[in-house]
Amino acid sequence: MASAHDDAPMHLRPMHTGQVTDHIARPIMRVENVDVYYGDFRAVTEVNLAFGLNEITALIGPSGCGKSTLLRSLNRMNDLIDGARVDGEILFHGENIYGKGVDPIEVRRRIGMVFQKPNPFPKSIYDNIAYGPRVTGMKVDSMDDLVEESLTRAALWDEVKDKLKQSAIGLSGGQQQRLCIARAISVRPDVILMDEPCASLDPIATMRIEDLMQELRKQYTIVIVTHNMQQAARVADRTAFFTAQVSEGTGARTGVLVEYGTTTQIFEDPKDQRTEDYISGRFG
Amino acid sequence: MRSLKDSVATAPTLPLSTGERPRERRLGPMMFLIVLWLSLLVAVVFLLTLIVNIVLEGGSRFGLQLFTEYPASSPDRAGARPAILGSIWVIGVTAVLTIPIGVAAAVHLEEFADKKHWFNRVIELNVQNLAAVPSIVYGLLALAFLTLIGVRDKNIVIGGALALSLLILPVIIIATREAIRAVPSEIRDGSLALGATKWQTTWRQVLPASVPGIATGSILALSRALGEAAPLLLLGALVFVSFDPNGLLSGFTTLPIQIFNWTGRPQEGFHELAAAASILLLGLLLLMNGLAIFIRNRYQKRW
Ligand SMILES: Nc1ncnc2c1ncn2[C@@H]1O[C@H](COP(=O)(O)OP(=O)(O)OP(=O)(O)O)[C@@H](O)[C@H]1O
Ligand SMILES: [Mg+2]
Repeated sequence: MASAHDDAPMHLRPMHTGQVTDHIARPIMRVENVDVYYGDFRAVTEVNLAFGLNEITALIGPSGCGKSTLLRSLNRMNDLIDGARVDGEILFHGENIYGKGVDPIEVRRRIGMVFQKPNPFPKSIYDNIAYGPRVTGMKVDSMDDLVEESLTRAALWDEVKDKLKQSAIGLSGGQQQRLCIARAISVRPDVILMDEPCASLDPIATMRIEDLMQELRKQYTIVIVTHNMQQAARVADRTAFFTAQVSEGTGARTGVLVEYGTTTQIFEDPKDQRTEDYISGRFG
Repeated sequence: MRSLKDSVATAPTLPLSTGERPRERRLGPMMFLIVLWLSLLVAVVFLLTLIVNIVLEGGSRFGLQLFTEYPASSPDRAGARPAILGSIWVIGVTAVLTIPIGVAAAVHLEEFADKKHWFNRVIELNVQNLAAVPSIVYGLLALAFLTLIGVRDKNIVIGGALALSLLILPVIIIATREAIRAVPSEIRDGSLALGATKWQTTWRQVLPASVPGIATGSILALSRALGEAAPLLLLGALVFVSFDPNGLLSGFTTLPIQIFNWTGRPQEGFHELAAAASILLLGLLLLMNGLAIFIRNRYQKRW
């Protein structure tokens, strides 16, 4: 269906049609044969994926299929959960982040994360941004400049430049989330992981974050989990569709990657019936 | 398609009054409420009687003399100066001893210890139980310890502080753990996701956020220690102290013990002095509790 593109409703029409090809020319991260366990429970299995440099990749799929689990595995935040374990390899610039001698602290600095619920620290706006560079011992010429730069990149500077000393808790939800993005980029990561970053925001705040992501992708690689199909279609270069497979014997639900491709392909020409059903809203 | 307005208008209206409710449903809550009020009344009346009583009895003796004079054989010349200073010394040293240890123990149990390990479970159970142990037992423990290390004169500031520290340590640990647990995990995740270490996250995020809770718990615990007499009596604090305590090894007496002492004297004047000292002690306790409540309300939930 080559003509489907033009017929697609406006809100589902991707922004970057033609920019991405099937082949990921410059992958910054590779997920190879990854299984993630919580104790004995295998939450995700056999995932193979690559994330292209300066691309936005969306992870979509029904609730409980392991999107957050996989995302947290990408920067070893899952290590913090008791009993969580990753099999397989996750390569970042070619190096396995679960390899021997790799410091999870450094992994998390290089691969930042933005959470579903905005979680500013109960400190001033300034200190929220300065916190990361301080604790990671980053060499900074001028902290003021770094704070300004981070807030500017997160499209928040103009709104807060006169109240940097005020508590971040006083900001609106959308501003808080942009503050969290500014905080994430203050330590100069290569990749930013976002787990449903707009789930608690209104449509206007959501739109601002989406615009912001388009700006950020020039410098960073973004992986976003979203439940909002339109959002995936609007912002992502590539989309990975996951689902939960029910084991016949035990009834255990395990997340599997069903299909991965350019967003255009996934939304307009899904190869797998399950993807098509999900995209068209017939299930999930 | 019918509009919403129409459908509301045409919906069958159910009367909100459903007639008489069964007797039991009216009477039960009523009785319960009355019992609650009576209990409250009893408590308040007792407290008021107590306060009015000691104010009436000790009011006339509540003056400068109480603060400046030393105990004497005549009530007209006697004051509680050494007891007041003794209380300050003992509680101050207790605070210095307990708060750092209690907070450190709580941080370890909450943030670093493997909660599933049997050893930590035993410790946890013990802390809970220790908080319920009668205070005199801690006096015995301190007494035994001081004997063991060969201290002959056990009525010394550091000895009293030791007994009171043992007494309130579990309370401070429990209060601190609760304060730490109240810090949302999102804050920890946010810090760790930036590349902060566990230690930095605890020190720079979790602890500052739990300071109000720790302060509240510590003040309440210290106010309990301030009113405590039994463990100190065991160490021999019921003595005639006619000097200002001036160091860790100095002899001392405290306000509750001074009150106890005066109450046991036959002269009416000493009973009045005891009441005056009680006013002071009650005032201090109220002040500390008020401060704790103020801190709790002022700094509650900033996220
Ligand atoms: N901390 C945990 N301990 C044990 N099991 C967990 C934990 N977190 C998630 N799981 C399980 O792993 C599976 C995947 O959960 P996950 O949160 O990754 O799904 P998700 O795709 O992000 O869902 P949602 O869209 O609802 O956020 C679920 O079965 C869940 O119950
Ligand atoms: Mg999730």
